[in-house]
Amino acid sequence: MTEKTDITLTVNGRDFAVTVEPRRTLADTIRDDCGQTGTHIGCEHGVCGACTVLLDGEPVRSCLMFAVQAEGREIRTVEGLAADGALSPLQQAFIDNHALQCGFCTPGFLMLATGVLERDPDIGEDELREVLSSNLCRCTGYQNIVKAVKSAAATMKAGR
Amino acid sequence: MKPAPFQYHAPKTVADAVALLAAHAGDDGRILAGGQSLVPTMAFRLARPAHLIDINNVEGLDCIAEAGGRLCIGATVRHAAFHKPVTAGPLGALLSAVVRHIAHYPIRQRGTFCGSLAHADPASEWCCVAAALDAELVARSARGERVIQAAAFFDGAMTTTLAEDELLAEARLPLLPEGTKFGFQEFSRRAGDFAIAMALVAFRVEGGRIADARIGIGGAEPAARRIAKAEAALDGAAPGKDAFAAAADAAAAAMDPMEDVNTSAGYRRDLVRTLVRRALEDAAAA
Repeated sequence: MTEKTDITLTVNGRDFAVTVEPRRTLADTIRDDCGQTGTHIGCEHGVCGACTVLLDGEPVRSCLMFAVQAEGREIRTVEGLAADGALSPLQQAFIDNHALQCGFCTPGFLMLATGVLERDPDIGEDELREVLSSNLCRCTGYQNIVKAVKSAAATMKAGR
Repeated sequence: MKPAPFQYHAPKTVADAVALLAAHAGDDGRILAGGQSLVPTMAFRLARPAHLIDINNVEGLDCIAEAGGRLCIGATVRHAAFHKPVTAGPLGALLSAVVRHIAHYPIRQRGTFCGSLAHADPASEWCCVAAALDAELVARSARGERVIQAAAFFDGAMTTTLAEDELLAEARLPLLPEGTKFGFQEFSRRAGDFAIAMALVAFRVEGGRIADARIGIGGAEPAARRIAKAEAALDGAAPGKDAFAAAADAAAAAMDPMEDVNTSAGYRRDLVRTLVRRALEDAAAA
């Protein structure tokens, strides 16, 4: 056992003072220490993407970072997408396009696509498909996820 | 699926980082950069480093600069830094073309160029780039600094000639001359998987003849390398079907391919022939 460290994580704008071992992943810390269980953990080795969160705006695998590395960084999770009770355009598009079934991969896909659309609202179809190939979904066959993200991109552009 | 316990160190300077590495290297101390290969290995408990020296907060290591005809890439420069060309010449375009083949988008936000080289996976795209372009690798330790040529750096699968107390602080790639054409091809069964084989080619055309040909092969053998015989088939030849076929055949013949449960040596050899030909065709068409 190694010594625990006191750190403060900023998740969706809220500070969480937590005490963690260095080996504790960001994913486990977000869920178990910060209580934000919307972030899912699938494979725990960076393949499935269920644990994707935004770190200073960029999508990253939270299972491949240690919590001690995320101090002072801005972390965003699926809990931070809806504002004032209204779903984000991307969340709404997932519902409208049946882009989820069991929902396990959904938080990861939402954070991946949110990060990408914020950085590149005009992303082309080929590039979008390449980005979405980062995460695994066992239900949808992906077509509806692609449709939903394209639809959200259009909605977000119209609302700009 | 949880990493074993380790002591965590987060130095702020290169001097502190290499001092920590010197102190802990013998006790299985490891450098943590992007962590996109190391952390999964730790999750599987295939690696159980007693000390992790996290260089993400080390000042100055995130720098990309041009100096002395070379592009200098610091140890914490992420793959994603190359999504858009980092330099105006052919090298910037080459790096941008190659980076899209590395893993997936979120992995590219964390993983580092130098980390890939130090990890030395046979299927690493950056290792193929480093070998094909004769990168210079700058190793820092508490003992000082030395520059290692790429051809003397890779030492088999997942193995380099870095000493255990040395940090790969920087990689230097030659800024390729204007007019350099390049092509990159790799094959994997699914997008984002480790490549079974890859080929990076670069050359110039002078007076209708190929000059300065470079052919690097990765993924097929334990370490990426330039294939001199294949390059010789190109230099001085007119670019086109015959020269490209000769170079592809020479590259395939030079291989001593790895085998695994899915892929025979013969399959990898054939793949190298095809990938070299396609990469050369891409380069000529660009």
